[in-house]
Amino acid sequence: MAVKVRIPTPLQRLTNGQEVVEGKPGKIIDMIQDLDSRYPGLAERVSEGGKIRRFVNIYLNEEDIRFLNAEETEAKDGDEVSIVPAIAGGRGNS
Amino acid sequence: MGFVTGLQCRECGRKYSIEPIYVCEFCFGPLEVVYDYEGIKKAVSRELIEARDENLWRYKELMPIDGEPQVGLSSGFTPLIKAENLARLFGVKELYIKDDTVAHPTLSFKDRVVAVALTKAKEFGFDTVACASTGNLAHSVSAHGAKAGLKRFIFIPATLEASKIVASLVFEPNLVAVDGNYDDVNRLCSEIANKYNWAFVNINIRPFYAEGSKTIGFEIAEQLGWRAPDNVVVPCASGSLLTKIWKAFKEFKEVGILDEANPKIFAAQAQGCNPIVTAIKNDTDVIRPMKPDTVAKSLAIGNPADGFYACKAVKDSGGYGEEVTDEEIIEGIKLLAGTEGIFAETAGGVTVAVARKLIEQGRIDRDGVTVICVTGNGMKTQEALQGKVAGPHHIKPNLASFEEVLKKL
Repeated sequence: MAVKVRIPTPLQRLTNGQEVVEGKPGKIIDMIQDLDSRYPGLAERVSEGGKIRRFVNIYLNEEDIRFLNAEETEAKDGDEVSIVPAIAGGRGNS
Repeated sequence: MGFVTGLQCRECGRKYSIEPIYVCEFCFGPLEVVYDYEGIKKAVSRELIEARDENLWRYKELMPIDGEPQVGLSSGFTPLIKAENLARLFGVKELYIKDDTVAHPTLSFKDRVVAVALTKAKEFGFDTVACASTGNLAHSVSAHGAKAGLKRFIFIPATLEASKIVASLVFEPNLVAVDGNYDDVNRLCSEIANKYNWAFVNINIRPFYAEGSKTIGFEIAEQLGWRAPDNVVVPCASGSLLTKIWKAFKEFKEVGILDEANPKIFAAQAQGCNPIVTAIKNDTDVIRPMKPDTVAKSLAIGNPADGFYACKAVKDSGGYGEEVTDEEIIEGIKLLAGTEGIFAETAGGVTVAVARKLIEQGRIDRDGVTVICVTGNGMKTQEALQGKVAGPHHIKPNLASFEEVLKKL
């Protein structure tokens, strides 16, 4: 069993249309690098200089990794990781 | 006219043409309008602006439109009140209230951003405008859209109190009450925005819409006699307003309207929803989302989209951030009403109470010129004061009964 990684629509072009791909257990940032070897270009879209891009949110089993250990958060076999573009704005207030 | 050259991603710098888009397709960063400042510099002057009508379009060269203004021709240019009573109480020399409680037509600063958004929507050729909102934004889109002859879809959570929706319904928009909370409404609106060719003011029109907030900064500078204040206190929800006010002063300097513009920008939030202020205090640019719980509902955004940029503006300007409790917010509303005769919504209570705190801490210099931004009218959030204000004196309809009361005062 691997880590289940959910890919957002704008990035599915890189994963041959797949909504879910398998990730390697370990640190989130390493997992993204590993995914990049199979789906070239993915790491660049999601991260920059070893950090997750500011307007990309990553959830480990529904929890925002900023509340966990950020890029260093460990994902285990059977965990689910979601990559979600933060919608820039649209909250209806000041 | 028209000095916009395109859109650009604030994160990775990728360029896009002028379209109703709002997010970078490469890195998902927000898009921002790019202006030809050299061209604007040649086109504008203080004299030109002063000769124009007193509304927000007097700064139209620095607004993101290509043609002439079409919506909100009486919006903006609200009073900058010299707050002498409040200044005395706070022990500061020069204090002003930028008073958007009297914004036209719906009594909040949203009338500015919606005026710009709907003008842009018309330029793009949309016949339908939309938004997700529980309050001020819904009122403004409903009203401005009625006058502009646009079809309107306003999305609200179904649990919203009846009293709050009347101020939208009177303008006869299509009001859609969604079974779910505010986040659910927003998520749904993003999906609708993808499917229908509508102008969602705070989604696909956002880069243009947000620019309207700059007019608060432009007006402050003009109303102070063409100078920037030393300190500006701004309420923060998404953080967009704060970043745009900061941008306004910088732009005025860039195009030669101001010689100097170095105001310190201060962020004001409620303790029950303070992700931006927390990041400022912790000296980090990582905004930790939170679940809002505050009486200041118009500021209750737990995951602020422009939080990072708001923190940066505060830091770059040499300002700071502070938070206040619900009790302090109510106190702030009453203080502003009692000293300056201005009835602000809860967000205004936040700003006034935060300003007081920052002055007491010495973060705001008592000898400088300070402006407090009050962005909405208290008539809209009267329920926040339920049980917090004194009752009337009940008397019999005769003089003796009245004089009984007089004796007790």
